[in-house]
Amino acid sequence: MTSIGTGYDLSASTYSPDGRIFQVEYASKAVENSGTCLGFRCKDGVVLAVEKLVQSKLLVPGSNKRIATADRHIGIATAGLLADTRHLVNRAREEAQSYRDLYRAPIPAKMIADRLGQYVQAYTLYSSVRPFGVSTILATVDKTGPQMYMIEPSGIYYGFYGCAIGKGRQVAKTEIEKLKLAEMTCREVVKDAARIIHLVHDDVKDKDFELEMSWILDSTMTHEFVPKDVADEAEQLAKASLNDDMDED
Amino acid sequence: MQMYEEQKSSCPVKVPVECRFSPYTDNGGTTLAIAGDDFCVIAGDTRQSEGYSINSRYAPKVYQLSNGSVLATGGMYADGVTLVKMIEQRLEWYRHAHDKQMSSGALAQMLSTILYHKRMFPYYVWNTLGGLDEDGKGAVYSYDPVGSYEKQKWNCSGSAGHLIQPFLDNQIGFTHQKEKAPLTLERVVQVTKDAFTSATERDIYTGDNLEMFLVTQNGIEKTRVELKKD
Amino acid sequence: MEPATRTQNPVVTGTSVLGIKYKDGIMLAADTLASYGSLARFRDVERLIKVGNTTIIGASGDISDFQYITHLLEKILIKESNTEDGHQLYARHIHEYLGRLMYGRRSKHNPLWNSMVVGGIRDGEGGTFLGFVDLQGTTYEAPTIATGYGAYIAQPILRKAVEGREDTLTEEEAEKVLEDCMRVLFYRDARSINKIQIAKVNASGISISDPRFLDTEWAFAEGIRGYGATD
Repeated sequence: MTSIGTGYDLSASTYSPDGRIFQVEYASKAVENSGTCLGFRCKDGVVLAVEKLVQSKLLVPGSNKRIATADRHIGIATAGLLADTRHLVNRAREEAQSYRDLYRAPIPAKMIADRLGQYVQAYTLYSSVRPFGVSTILATVDKTGPQMYMIEPSGIYYGFYGCAIGKGRQVAKTEIEKLKLAEMTCREVVKDAARIIHLVHDDVKDKDFELEMSWILDSTMTHEFVPKDVADEAEQLAKASLNDDMDED
Repeated sequence: MQMYEEQKSSCPVKVPVECRFSPYTDNGGTTLAIAGDDFCVIAGDTRQSEGYSINSRYAPKVYQLSNGSVLATGGMYADGVTLVKMIEQRLEWYRHAHDKQMSSGALAQMLSTILYHKRMFPYYVWNTLGGLDEDGKGAVYSYDPVGSYEKQKWNCSGSAGHLIQPFLDNQIGFTHQKEKAPLTLERVVQVTKDAFTSATERDIYTGDNLEMFLVTQNGIEKTRVELKKD
Repeated sequence: MEPATRTQNPVVTGTSVLGIKYKDGIMLAADTLASYGSLARFRDVERLIKVGNTTIIGASGDISDFQYITHLLEKILIKESNTEDGHQLYARHIHEYLGRLMYGRRSKHNPLWNSMVVGGIRDGEGGTFLGFVDLQGTTYEAPTIATGYGAYIAQPILRKAVEGREDTLTEEEAEKVLEDCMRVLFYRDARSINKIQIAKVNASGISISDPRFLDTEWAFAEGIRGYGATD
């Protein structure tokens, strides 16, 4: 961390002499240390999966969700600071509703991605604010089909077929690359999502976790949590495949 | 709703076609309250009308409030519903602020204030408030739509008010009579039933069901009696 | 400053909506005409809508106001489902919302010019619900409801068929009485059309029929001067 002590890392409104904004990079650090978060764009929809690290055994199971719904057709999964996530989800809901108020139609995928991207970017411009400590995976379906975007703390966003953020992203990405997502259905991908989350989870270093999985299907255009029986089956298979691997070792 | 329109032709007769909005409507109905020494009866029919139509045979307009009083409303049903919501909210605030229920006397004054605050766009509601006072005695208060009120022993208002009030003066008050029968709860209930069955015969806005609230030290009993449906 | 302009009259309007309770739930009926004054302007406008998974609404009065109300309902439904707390809005809640909405607007002297029938599953405990709301915020529940001319022409027929039989009236009987009423309305209400829809809420969910034509009988007109007879 050569930047520390130089004074260029105190504000998002000041560049370092080599053209970097350290506050934005620090925000990315908050994301890297978060539980892993995956997104899969497949042929009939988008699947989201999150490894939600459970901070305390005293928490009610299912609380502090890290996958949210911003509109009927928009799912949001995040890695990073949960409080920032909630703020961003609220903003996404406002944007989605304001589009509905104006056009009486659901907001298209790239428009919600752009509006959120612009919003996140604005928090990299001023000394009075702190950039968002979250990366956001946006799962939507519009008339062009299923779409997925990922927005970083800098405000930059790209469309993806598969993406992984948080602690286990490196391993997860190599696993996702092995999948032929364009030929797979959500129903199939859910199993891989559960498997990869279990694979990257570090039992030794990390606390317990809850697996959160949602999807948005082309046919229903509605974002919803994966039905319990489907999710449970996927998680059973995931655990079984990990045990097989261990036996082989 | 009234209908008006400016006519373009040379015909001297103005023909009504276009609607102009009136925020008020009269949904009819009759309410009654009688105070005894240690009880109070508050009653009302359950018919809701508009013009010559019956909207519903069971749309209750007598409300048991959270402080143990009973409020009978008549006139515009939507205003009555809104007023009761207002009152319930104020009763709740009072409970949080003072850690006790509002007395019926305090509620009586508050209702007057709420009504007068809408003096320039009134709640089109004739209220009758019944309950027990702090000494456990029956209490009845009746109001006009803008909050003028009076404590009474008995009252009947609404569409058959003019039919029933003189009957109550005679049977409850025994005005200008030598003999007075003791005012028991049983007698009051019987007089109330008779009053409403009779009013139903003559007033088209009264009928279907009679709902009575009997307030005593032991709590509130709600009863329902069928009235003629024609 | 310009004076505030407000809706003082409806423009494109729908006529009567009918609603009844029956053995298995709620049934609503309406025709598909949107009139512009006395002109039959739009002949295939659907005035029965589904709100969530347990409620149906039928609207008479101003069509654009109803489309706005539909948008508001969509908005609260999305807000409710976003929270993902397991709660949902049932017919009773939708009816209460509409009642407060309509009363609030009438109190600002800026009414939404509609009469609406709300039917469906009452609340989380089950049961059925059939209620009414209008532009003055008047609300009520009843086993039979009719708006507009339906209140004069159809309501007596509906009450005769339904009152006291809410728990025994079959789906076939319910559909027949509604269709009969819609036919009588078509014969007598000059702002109606012979194309209707029927919506149902029952244990198997919501169904709204495709618009269909009423069978009507005009043979009697042969003998009437101005229709068939020449003298």
